[in-house]
Amino acid sequence: MNTATNMLNHFTTLPISPRLAKNIRRNFKERIIELILMLAALSAVFTTFAIVAILLYESFGFFKTVSLIEFFTGTQWTPLFEDAHYGIMPLVAGTLTTSFVALAVAVPIGTITAIYLSEFASHKVREIAKPILELLVGVPTIAFGYFALLFVTPLLQKIYPGLPGFNMLSAGLVMGVMIVPYIASVAEDAMRAVPMSMREGSYAMGATRFQTAIRVVTPAATSGIVAAYILAISRAVGETMVVAVAAGQQPKLTFDPTEGAATITAYIVQVAMGDLPHASIGYQSIFAAGLVLFALTLCFNILGHIARKKYREQY
Amino acid sequence: MALHDSQIAGALTKASVLENLGAVRAMIRRHKRNDIVFAGIGLLALMLGLLTLLTLFIDLVMDGYPRFNLQFLSEFPSRRAGSAGLLSAWVGSALIMIVTFLTAVPVGVAAGVYLEEYAPKNWFSDLIEINVSNLAGVPSIIYGLLALGLFVYGLDLGQSILTAGLTLGLLILPIVIVSTREAIRGIPVAIREAAYAVGATKWQVVSDHVVKYSQGGILTGVIIGMSRAIGETAPIITIGALTFIAFLPPSPISDVAPYLNFEWLSSSFTVLPIQMFNWLSRPDHAFHINAAATGAIIIMLTLLMNGTAIYLRYQIRKNIKW
Repeated sequence: MNTATNMLNHFTTLPISPRLAKNIRRNFKERIIELILMLAALSAVFTTFAIVAILLYESFGFFKTVSLIEFFTGTQWTPLFEDAHYGIMPLVAGTLTTSFVALAVAVPIGTITAIYLSEFASHKVREIAKPILELLVGVPTIAFGYFALLFVTPLLQKIYPGLPGFNMLSAGLVMGVMIVPYIASVAEDAMRAVPMSMREGSYAMGATRFQTAIRVVTPAATSGIVAAYILAISRAVGETMVVAVAAGQQPKLTFDPTEGAATITAYIVQVAMGDLPHASIGYQSIFAAGLVLFALTLCFNILGHIARKKYREQY
Repeated sequence: MALHDSQIAGALTKASVLENLGAVRAMIRRHKRNDIVFAGIGLLALMLGLLTLLTLFIDLVMDGYPRFNLQFLSEFPSRRAGSAGLLSAWVGSALIMIVTFLTAVPVGVAAGVYLEEYAPKNWFSDLIEINVSNLAGVPSIIYGLLALGLFVYGLDLGQSILTAGLTLGLLILPIVIVSTREAIRGIPVAIREAAYAVGATKWQVVSDHVVKYSQGGILTGVIIGMSRAIGETAPIITIGALTFIAFLPPSPISDVAPYLNFEWLSSSFTVLPIQMFNWLSRPDHAFHINAAATGAIIIMLTLLMNGTAIYLRYQIRKNIKW
């Protein structure tokens, strides 16, 4: 700012017209505003870099004591025990199992919803349905956690009496319903991007709506639908409160959804709830777990964006 | 079925149409029936979300019914479930929302305006855009880890209201940026050209016209972002928020000049979803009733906010025709 006033003084001492001086002042102010706005936009870049830097920095401390081989191949995760083991596999297994259950629910229902909204529903139905789906997205995940633990699990226990109180099945099922709107909205978007002429061609051949939807629109929108699935995987992997509440806190190398097991996110919550000293190995372990989670979701997000971009360019 | 259909089609070319009329009509009927059946399945799939939401809400209200009284809102948490309340939690949530609002809205709107109105088309703008869309997909718990490393220990802000507010501010930043951009994109170029034509500078065009006319759309995004922030649990737990807070932060308003007091920013806190999580993770069922009542309150809050946002957007779409 000081240099600015100097500059202005410098200019104003020159024999220039007051109008030019005013213009210079005006332009200068414009530049400053643009700079401030740019800094605000840069905060997004800064946040990404800060996330990567913090995760890498704290994980670096972690990997000084734990070898990468043990981390990725070990089958036990007990960083807080006397006899500490640092194999991330049990947490990854828990994460993948809950995500798989969630996707088994969300993929069929989300796809059918998308086809229905894009090809069958009248304008009126769509106008009502989309806000409701949006409301569902807005429900806090902790409420879904309550639902999974105290409503769905007791219900499932009536069907399978042997089901433990904490299990990945109910957490996964509820998570599945939760991510249906994500799949539905991205997939519907892709289907609506398919040009009308393709549908008209199909109808002209005598195809019904269902045939057109399944054999013409869906294949044409494949890349967008795949993008929806990939983004949903990323959601499911990163979902925290449902699994922390309902899936259990015990890291366990199992792919059986009727058992309880901790996910990566549930482990981070569990450790953060306790009182761990800063810079201890337990403290660093949540950053190492977070780094794995971040890398997983980043991969899925990038793949999803590529697939999404593809269908946007297609037509 | 496909083979069967093609057999019919094949037969059509060979034999007379009249002979196979019955089979053709049966095929058409079957396909029409498929249409109706699928429409039914689609409607069911669509209703599943709504039904779940309804069941969830009714379940919470029924379980938490005994605690729906003013005492629940005016008591501190307690060892005894029956006399435990939400006072410190809702005050904490409210104060954190103030910090979140004051950080996410100015920065988010400014960033949206920059990307939409100022940014040149080059690698630098692409970098920002990629980052914004990437941040929208980062799991919320990762923001918690960022805050734990950066705000709590890096900048030494501690497990305070300021830390939590900043964390949630960063979390909803992409939502505010994206909705600002969408709102601005809806303003026709003619408005800008008219303002430029009478000699306005870029900033005058942006602040007096573009942003002003897209206020409604921006507000919609802000409300959705704030409702997301109010229900967010994972990042706040990760920064190490306490669950048992039996005091209130210092009041933001004081009776001596300058009448504002910023001590509350560094106070420790708890929020509604964390209080709920704490009660939910206790084995004693009496606390689950408290959790249900809290859950019902959080859902009502977020549904109300989201509903307002959706209604607002609907009104804007209906009323404004450029």
